[in-house]
Amino acid sequence: MAFLVTFLILFAFWIFMSGQLDWWHLSWGVLSCTLVAVISHDFLFKDIKSKGRVKETTLFFAYVPWLIYEIILANIYVAYLALHPKMLDLIDPHIIKFKTRLKNDFARVTFANSITLTPGTITVLIKDDYFFVHAINKSAAKSLPGNMERRITKVFMEE
Amino acid sequence: MEGFFLAVTLALCATILLSLYRGVFGPTVFDRIIGAGFIGTKTIILLLLMGLIYDRIEMLIDLALAYSILNFIGTLIISKYFIRKGAR
Amino acid sequence: MIIGAKIFMIAGLFFFTTAAIGFLRFPDFYTRMHATAKGDTLGTLFFVIGLALYTLHHGFHWFSIVNSIKLISIAVFWFLASPTATHALLRSALESDLVPWTKDKKVIVAWPPKRRK
Repeated sequence: MAFLVTFLILFAFWIFMSGQLDWWHLSWGVLSCTLVAVISHDFLFKDIKSKGRVKETTLFFAYVPWLIYEIILANIYVAYLALHPKMLDLIDPHIIKFKTRLKNDFARVTFANSITLTPGTITVLIKDDYFFVHAINKSAAKSLPGNMERRITKVFMEE
Repeated sequence: MEGFFLAVTLALCATILLSLYRGVFGPTVFDRIIGAGFIGTKTIILLLLMGLIYDRIEMLIDLALAYSILNFIGTLIISKYFIRKGAR
Repeated sequence: MIIGAKIFMIAGLFFFTTAAIGFLRFPDFYTRMHATAKGDTLGTLFFVIGLALYTLHHGFHWFSIVNSIKLISIAVFWFLASPTATHALLRSALESDLVPWTKDKKVIVAWPPKRRK
């Protein structure tokens, strides 16, 4: 099952990458996709028996537009800071440390990447349940564990 | 439209020159590494624009994809290599 | 289509330029990383959307659709890769004792701060 799904995903990717539909390219595609799927079909679906993977993926794609909106806000903020003539008065950088509720590894990766892409904060280090985040000033740090962690908890259905 | 592409290419080259300052004179090693990574991102976009100007986009997209993967892996490996106490 | 492509490319160019200016002006390594990590990602996304719109302006042939999907896949890959490279660099900088620039000398602050009564 995992082998078949991996093979189909790889083959769709092959078709879009090559763009040719004659039998020569397709047969090479079948050969190489089979080889890669035999070697690595247990990477992509480690726990395929766990339920709710489809719902999780759908919720994740619903999370992406909000993330892009936040990224645009972050870039406008960085542009404002970079072009401001008295920039050194506005920034007050600190590394802040807080505890997270997320247990799943993939949820933690998503949370760390989202922190990096939203206004004024970047993740430095994750060390046993503690996130170390570099915030550019105190008002950027104020919004931190709250709203975004709640959204990611909702996506990955923890608790 | 090709004039517009050439103008965008020249502006990107000016951005590369700005970040090359940090790449050469950056006070720490890590400033030089991000300088290199930042120039690498601009290079991906420059490859795509060159492909549109010369009408060979289908060849240069593959090169740009390979170059983006190479840039990412290069940054990761170099950052692993420079973990030292008091690196300057 | 072409006007949309121009607008997206000029927006991407604006974010690249502000990221480079921030990269020159910010006081230390960690704050410079703020500029590059965000500006790179959004600039690449905007440029790639603009180029995909320009690729599609002759009409929806098979090859133009395939080319625009490849272009979007570059942006998706870069969305995953750029924050990861940022974490790797920041972590190796913190582990090699590169002290962040702060106004008071406290570097690591626990969050959320304890309320005073």
